[in-house]
Order: sequence, then C-alpha cells, then structure tokens
Amino acid sequence: MVMLPRVEHELHKRRRSRNLGLLVVLLAFVALVFGLSIAKITSGDMMEGYDHQPRATMLPADPNPPAPNAAPVAVPGTPGAEAAGTVAKP
Amino acid sequence: MADINAYHGPAEAGFGDYVALLKPRVMSLVVFTAFVGLWIAPVPMNPFVAFCAVLFIALGGGASGALNMWYDADIDAVMKRTANRPVPAGLVPKGDALALGLALSGLSVMMLGLAANWFAAAFLAFTIFFYAVVYTIWLKRSTPQNIVIGGAAGAFPPMIGWACATGGIGIESLLMFALIFFWTPPHFWALALFMNNDYTKAGVPMLTVTHGRKVTRRHIFGYALVLAPFAIWLGFTSVGGWIYLSVSAVLNLLFIAGGWQLLRRTDDQAQADNYRIEKRYFRLSLYYLFLHFTALLIQHWVGAW
Repeated sequence: MVMLPRVEHELHKRRRSRNLGLLVVLLAFVALVFGLSIAKITSGDMMEGYDHQPRATMLPADPNPPAPNAAPVAVPGTPGAEAAGTVAKP
Repeated sequence: MADINAYHGPAEAGFGDYVALLKPRVMSLVVFTAFVGLWIAPVPMNPFVAFCAVLFIALGGGASGALNMWYDADIDAVMKRTANRPVPAGLVPKGDALALGLALSGLSVMMLGLAANWFAAAFLAFTIFFYAVVYTIWLKRSTPQNIVIGGAAGAFPPMIGWACATGGIGIESLLMFALIFFWTPPHFWALALFMNNDYTKAGVPMLTVTHGRKVTRRHIFGYALVLAPFAIWLGFTSVGGWIYLSVSAVLNLLFIAGGWQLLRRTDDQAQADNYRIEKRYFRLSLYYLFLHFTALLIQHWVGAW
C-alpha cells in the first residue's frame, strides 16, 4: 500500500480561524435550539402543531359542554350493565 | 501549471472579519435596549427564552448591518472612519456580505418567531427592511433628514423586546421608541459636526453638508427640546418611578444645556479648540441613552409605580 504524505494544504491553514469559528457557531446553535425546546416543554407550552390529521385535542374548548348523562345506557352483556339497571334494547 | 496556490488573494478574511460585518458595537446597543424592553414588560418570560429572544433580535440587527455594509461599500471606502471595514478593506467580497445579511435575516426572524411570538418576529423583519432598504438604499443618499428617519430603525429594538414578552405594543414601548428616535439626530449631528470632512468627501447629504453647521447646531438644540418631554413622560407610565424620573430630569437638563452651548458657538470657536465642546456633547449623548435605560432597569428592580 502506498502511504501518501499527509501534508496540510495551505488553504486549510489560511481558513482555520473561519472554519473553527463556524464550528463553534453551529454547535452553539444546536445547544440553543435544544435549550429552547427544554425551556418551552418544561414551562408547559403547547407543542402540538397541525400534522394533516384532525384531532380532538386541536378543537377549541366548548364554552357550553353537554351535561353528563344522568341515566347512562349500557350495552347488554357488558360489565356493569345489570348494575346500572338500564340496558339497551337489542 | 494550474495550481490552487496561484490564486492567492492579498489577504484572507478570518472569522473576526465576518463578525465585524454585523457591526458588533451597534449590536451591543440593540442587545441592551431590547433586553430592557423585554425585561421591564409586565409579562414575565422564562429567562432562557428571554435570552434567546434578545440574541435573535441582536442577530437581526447584525444582519441589517451586513446588508448596510454590502450596499454602502463605495461610501465606506471614502470615509476615514469606515475605510477599514471588511468589504472596503478587500477582506470580504461584497457578495459574501449580502449573502450573510440575507441568511441571518431569515434565520433571526424565524427563530424569534419560534422562541417568542410571530408578532415580534414580524416586527423584527420590518425593522431589518426599514434599516436596509428604507434607510440604507433609499434615504441615506437622498435627503439630509436621513438620520431622522433612519433613526427609527435603531429605536425599534426595545419595542421588539416588549412585543416578545407581551405580544403587542403599549404606551411604554412607544415612549421608549420616542426616546431613541428623538435622541438619534442630535447624537449623529454632534458627530457630523466634527467629522464633516468625511461626509463631504463621500457625498452623503448630512445636514452639515447640505445646510451648514449653523443650521445643524439649531437642529441639535431643537431635538434636545423635543426629546425631553417624551423622556419625562415615560417616567409617569407603569414602568416609571422616582429613580427614573430623577435620572431623566438631570440628564435632560444637561442635554438641553449642552445643546444651548452648541447653538451659541461659532465655527471659528469650535475650530480653535478642536471641537472640544462638540466631542463632549457626543459623549454626553452616549451616556444619556445608556443611563436612561439603566434607570428603567433599576426602577423595575426596586419596583415601578
């Protein structure tokens, strides 16, 4: 196997400060976005966005929610159907 | 032989030259005023989110600085004060300044929207547009009122900071805008009084060039008078208090008295003592703004009205 001499090109030497600076900036940006995510999630911000699937959690809260059913109807044969007393007619 | 080494330029731009494109000294003013606007707002922000918001506002300010250096390279090369900037010095190509300015504009607006809210982000985008297009490209070379209208761009950061926290605009943020807006002309005209030769050479229609120094002195005093009521008014809003009012009263008295002193001086007197009073007034203007915003911070800390 031929061993090539690993001489650093003069261009890389000249641009070292620029490249290192960019590396630091990019790493700092990653840290910033990560920190921002942590700060937003821990302070309880809404993180969900629309992902082309309608979801109940995205609907605005109903100002007049329906009252809970006082006499629920149970399907025959399901647990609690007898206890509830009202069984849906087949 | 074709060799990449044959393409040696006269000098290679280092990382610091790209940082210099963002006008770090102007950025420091943006950081400070935006931070004060954000911090004294009535809605508290998570400290890390607040830190990021100020950083992105500063980045937006830096981006507009890079766009300014791209467009103004020809003027900068002529003026002594700006000849060493990276583009006229031949370190950074003009295209690089434009690319950096546009890229950072987009990045800073998007990130501010994600970090704070989209109203603040839109406000930042408008500020960058105002500084780069309205001031740099349009007004700077066409009217002696360039400083007055361009000063609005420098006055927006505390309003953007306030918008980050509250999502809107308040009388307090409008008055902080007025404070910087009316402060900018006397600040820059005082500089122009003793830097006149630079602007004459570059053909920038500064008031000193188009209307002479006597008119400029009158304008400085006029703006100092207009500025004072807005500065004091801010002390009577929800962010004011005794500390702010006392500091503001003293500073405005000094600023008006200094303006009066400038008004009564002739050019011969100024040349005889090498513009000593004009230089002192310029320094005073720097303290004026810094101390007003520091007083707002302290007032918030000890409790406003």
